[in-house]
Amino acid sequence: MTRRMKITLGAIAAVALSTAAIASEVSPETVEFTDDGVAVSLTGVAGDPVAGAEAFKNRRLGNCLACHANADMAGELFHGNVGPELDGVADRWEEPMLRAIVVNSKHVFTDETVMPGFYSLDAGKDVAKDFVGKTILTAQQVEDVVAYLGTLKE
Amino acid sequence: MKRLLIAGVVLAATFAGAGPVLADPVDDTLEIDGTPIITRTAAPEGHPFDELYSGWLFRESETRDLSRDSFENPGMIAVEDGEALWNTVMGTEGKSCATCHEDAAVSMKGVGAKFPKWDADSQKPINVELQINKCLTEQMGAEALPFNKGGQQELTAYIKHQSLGLPVEMDLSQGDMQSWWEKGKDVYYTRTGQLNLACASCHETAMGKMIRADHLSQGQVNGFPTYRLKSGLTSLHQRFRGCIRDTRAEQPKAFSDDLMALETYVTWRGTGLSVETPSVRQ
Ligand code: HEC
Ligand code: HEC
Ligand code: HEC
Repeated sequence: MTRRMKITLGAIAAVALSTAAIASEVSPETVEFTDDGVAVSLTGVAGDPVAGAEAFKNRRLGNCLACHANADMAGELFHGNVGPELDGVADRWEEPMLRAIVVNSKHVFTDETVMPGFYSLDAGKDVAKDFVGKTILTAQQVEDVVAYLGTLKE
Repeated sequence: MKRLLIAGVVLAATFAGAGPVLADPVDDTLEIDGTPIITRTAAPEGHPFDELYSGWLFRESETRDLSRDSFENPGMIAVEDGEALWNTVMGTEGKSCATCHEDAAVSMKGVGAKFPKWDADSQKPINVELQINKCLTEQMGAEALPFNKGGQQELTAYIKHQSLGLPVEMDLSQGDMQSWWEKGKDVYYTRTGQLNLACASCHETAMGKMIRADHLSQGQVNGFPTYRLKSGLTSLHQRFRGCIRDTRAEQPKAFSDDLMALETYVTWRGTGLSVETPSVRQ
């Protein structure tokens, strides 16, 4: 087998793997919102609250602290207050509603909300080339963040 | 749906219970070398706010203090560089700006407070940067300066600084300025990028709030070009492009129709605030 063949086959295998992963995921266009929020997990894989905390504070991912204070992350510098404090948020909202808020809060609050939709292709005008057709968080990152939010009880 | 309403009440309660937050512009007054600066004023008719605030009121006290004194203001170096350029011969006609406009303290006083203006030749609004290019190409036999290069920011800062303390006052009755104002308003309220935010999301809806370490101001333009402590001299269109990039959108070109319309509209949103150039911001 030539070197080139190997690389090609390897690439095909990688593509096959990633489509397999995506096949079991709910795509951003088909997320189902009900009055209770988004009831079904986007991936079927339980969210990991530790990974969720990471995605929550990472400025390239959730960057949730840009707009929300969160006493659980008191060690992090600079919590914003564009949105409400998230302390005890799991006492206020059930998991399906937390998932709906993270997926696309415009379905929960109003179209006017400043909070971005993290698993939505309903973006603004002129999306930068690198982000076209992409969601801010992956389906699994949403599940992880939702699992983390579930730990914020008072 | 009922559940949502109940949740809404909880949400409202959360807001109310959030305790003291840094929300308002500070109660402070600014004088620069003895010149009083209007940092808050009543908004013009049809404005979404009742009162207008200079971005100065949203900055930390150390940053505010740097603005008070020309010797402390790091942006004044650019003004001095601009003055040197004003007196420098450029182009094939052997002229400097001073050849025609003489002493800028006299000829340019108040001029920067009235831009953008209608330019009958191009049938578009023109800002100070483009007016400089117009004089360079049409009066001096020189090349137009590319965006942010060749002293464009320094000359602009020098010209605007001659209006220090004077209120921003555009004339929207000139030419087609009104329709550019309308177009600029559309740009201001249009959400852009993957984050799906408009200028108004941050500078109107969330004005006074903290976004990470930044205290959100009204996004006023009266201090441009501005000196940013983290990145140095910053032109207005550079700032516009930066804010748009932060929504994860493609950035419009400097001096494009969209950004000229935006400059026209946003300048109007600061009508009556003093020119503060070169302001100091973080
Ligand atoms: C650009 C600002 C912004 C960012 C970034 C942001 N939010 Fe929000 N969020 C808001 C606002 C504003 C609200 C309040 C809803 C409203 O009034 O529109 C809100 C509300 C919420 C609520 C409901 C809170 C409650 O007490 O009922 C949750 C939960 C939430 N956000 C989670 C998140 C998470 C998780 C992230 C990161 C993945 C995030 N937000 C990122 C602005 C933001
Ligand atoms: C040969 C004479 C001449 C030279 C040299 C010249 N200008 Fe001008 N300038 C004019 C004339 C004439 C006008 C008014 C007509 C116009 O808008 O072009 C003007 C207008 C202006 C205005 C707008 C004034 C207002 O009241 O709106 C500014 C600002 C300006 N010039 C800056 C400059 C700068 C900066 C330079 C040097 C780079 C320069 N000019 C060089 C002739 C000159
Ligand atoms: C995600 C939030 C966000 C959005 C959207 C946004 N900005 Fe900003 N902007 C900021 C922050 C943060 C600053 C620095 C702190 C401040 O002055 O508000 C800033 C500063 C500015 C300033 C400088 C203010 C001064 O006093 O020097 C201007 C002007 C400005 N923005 C205009 C705009 C315009 C026009 C738009 C729309 C094209 C826009 N911004 C969109 C967050 C935003």
